[in-house]
Amino acid sequence: MNARIALSSGILDEQSVVSNLSREGAGAVVTFVGRVRGESRGRTVEKLEYEAYQEMAELVLARIAREIREQFDIVDIAIHHRVGTLAVGEISVVIAVSAAHRPAAFDACRHAIDTLKRIAPIWKKEYAADGATWVDDRP
Amino acid sequence: MPMHIIVRLFASHREAAGAGSVAVQLAPGATAADAYGRARDIHAGLPASTDGVAFAVNREFAKPETQLAEGDEVAVLPPVAGG
Repeated sequence: MNARIALSSGILDEQSVVSNLSREGAGAVVTFVGRVRGESRGRTVEKLEYEAYQEMAELVLARIAREIREQFDIVDIAIHHRVGTLAVGEISVVIAVSAAHRPAAFDACRHAIDTLKRIAPIWKKEYAADGATWVDDRP
Repeated sequence: MPMHIIVRLFASHREAAGAGSVAVQLAPGATAADAYGRARDIHAGLPASTDGVAFAVNREFAKPETQLAEGDEVAVLPPVAGG
């Protein structure tokens, strides 16, 4: 898979996202990998279910990537997010950024994940022993 | 002539309604918030409060007071939690 933007139920692999990134002139590659934690707010998590407004979320992820390319001095960026049921330890999101130098790569990657979490129309339901709840990440 | 609008529901809203999409009819001039209100007329389990809820019209973020046009798709987005 060579897509810069992906939103699917397929298992995510950090290395395949990074290896497809353009690294021409890039001296730095920064990757953010989000994994399902086994604990959340004092509860033991059994699994997570991610749901997306697929058609809009793909557009939002593409817009985030485009704006990052405009705002930061980077070479390339890829954003892959998973949907469906994920077990503890599985990867939910991979963001990879290549840049000539590390400051832009770190800044762009941080900005991308923060923006994704704030606006992408994606939801997650936590399943614990005492029931399942939709997560509200609002600060 | 009523407008035919599709209201898309997700996560807690989808479960409360028991449906991911609702077809509604609204008078010209109706807004995204009106579309949600009409969906609630059909699916009483949907919450009255839209606190923290965002709207999108045709896959673009939109204000609740955005006026709709025939065939629009209104999405009601509860607080997101991707990542």
